[in-house]
Amino acid sequence: MPSGASAMHSVSLAADSLDTGNTAFMLVSTALVMLMTPGLAFFYGGMVRVKSTLNMLMMCFINLGLVTLLWVLYGFGMAFGTDRGGFVGAQGDYLGLNGVGVAEVWPGYDIPVFVFAAFQLMFAVLTPALISGALAERVKFTAWSVFVVAWVTLVYFPVAHWVWGAGGWLFDLGVIDFAGGTAVHINAGAAALGAILVVGKRIGFNREPMRPHNLPLVMLGAGLLWFGWFGFNAGSWLGTGDGVAGVAFVNTQVATAAAVLGWLGYEKVRHGTFTTLGAASGAVAGLVAITPACGAVSPLGAIAVGVIAGVLCAWAVGWKYKLGYDDSLDVIGVHLVGGLTGSLLIGLFATGGVQNDVEGLFYGGGLDQLGRQAAGSFAVLGYSFVVSFLLAKAIDRVMGFRAPEDAEIGGVDQAFHAESAYDHAAGGSGLAGGTRADGNPTGGHDGTTRGETERPGTSLKKVDA
Amino acid sequence: MKLITAVVKNHRLDDVKDALRAFGVKGLTVTEASGYGRQRGHTEVYRGAEYTIDLVPKIRIEVLAEDEDVEDLLDVIVTAARTGKIGDGKVWVVPVETAVRVRTGERGPDAL
Repeated sequence: MPSGASAMHSVSLAADSLDTGNTAFMLVSTALVMLMTPGLAFFYGGMVRVKSTLNMLMMCFINLGLVTLLWVLYGFGMAFGTDRGGFVGAQGDYLGLNGVGVAEVWPGYDIPVFVFAAFQLMFAVLTPALISGALAERVKFTAWSVFVVAWVTLVYFPVAHWVWGAGGWLFDLGVIDFAGGTAVHINAGAAALGAILVVGKRIGFNREPMRPHNLPLVMLGAGLLWFGWFGFNAGSWLGTGDGVAGVAFVNTQVATAAAVLGWLGYEKVRHGTFTTLGAASGAVAGLVAITPACGAVSPLGAIAVGVIAGVLCAWAVGWKYKLGYDDSLDVIGVHLVGGLTGSLLIGLFATGGVQNDVEGLFYGGGLDQLGRQAAGSFAVLGYSFVVSFLLAKAIDRVMGFRAPEDAEIGGVDQAFHAESAYDHAAGGSGLAGGTRADGNPTGGHDGTTRGETERPGTSLKKVDA
Repeated sequence: MKLITAVVKNHRLDDVKDALRAFGVKGLTVTEASGYGRQRGHTEVYRGAEYTIDLVPKIRIEVLAEDEDVEDLLDVIVTAARTGKIGDGKVWVVPVETAVRVRTGERGPDAL
């Protein structure tokens, strides 16, 4: 991918002047990846119970606020600044994106530094949002926000450097990760596992039914994710000149299609039915698995990657009931398992001749690349798991990570956001019987009811404009 | 005066409503309800987790009637609601002290 791929990226190696076509392509790709975060919010938001809908949306959406600022202030420098020991970028680089020239080109490529930084920013926003699905319905919103700030600083920015930064140690090791199988998906999945071990299960887990409250919303989210993922994967080549981005685009579509069918097939055999949630989940599993591999495999290889990921993830989402951990929306089952699947399968299905010449086991390359993929995957898994666990532990100690019991039972939407997702009353707000805090009834149809709630001698307190 | 309450299958609502109107009933109240009888529930599957859903969605229809109409109305409702399959629902009758039309203040049978 990005800067990492620069060394192998023969076409643009020589480039140091700005290319308008590639820049336009990257601006569009960046916007596509941005859309994945609200898409993920819908995907997750539909899967929780009604009382937690808005909180779930907010746990994703807040990252657009938080991580954007951190990225500009120091994140981009940590991930893509001058290498320090293979572990992290020098933190003096790119602070505040200060001093970057308007037309300054990212080294080795022909797009502006600003565009490259914006594209990478969207990845940094999405990755912590992925974790939120594991912690659904039961954590304090402030604690989650603190977790995000600390997590991207201690985990995402360094790991992005390992994988994609010039001089990053996994990049130097030869690990192939086209668009984020390790840095995004294994990373988020392992962090989810670390955090839920601290936070614990939802009240009633595995005892009460916790059905998705809005499957059409889940399907909408899956559709937006699929759409945005073309920017995520194809855009990760940072240019279109040599055709690799086109291959990545096709492989993204093919693997996702195969994974939808793989997940549905597994469900039909195991549970006797084709579910909507299964189709949406299969799509995401396929997208996750092809993310690292989309520049290394052929379309036939992408079918194999997709089917294997669809079936494996459909099986993996059941583990939590046997093992007794509450990975609420299956971040581990889909992102950790799917990310590992895609990363490792590169070692088998890499054809050579697309993003680079590395060949996997089935194309005469032996086991070397599989070993490198495993090393990279488990290095990220281990680091992310340990640091995320300690981070969650520290936050829990200092401010309490978990929502108070009554907030969880009554619903985190009302506890942390003072809102409800839906007005279920057929008569509009009237049946909800609300009264504004300043004494004005919200349910009245005309002015007459207002007078009835205003008692003489009561001073009305205005709480809003 | 009596209150007739009928819990019926959702898709029988229109037939029951039309039959009651044809009989001459001037008004009724409909509520979405859920519950179970001999029909019990059904199974749903979400990512492999199977949930037994005990409570089945039903429609509850409430009609106020004069005593002499009750037997006929029961026949009308039951005929219109019946499909012959399990889960067709139930109808019951309870006595009502009085009723008031809010707009005019009329009471008793006049309020129907």
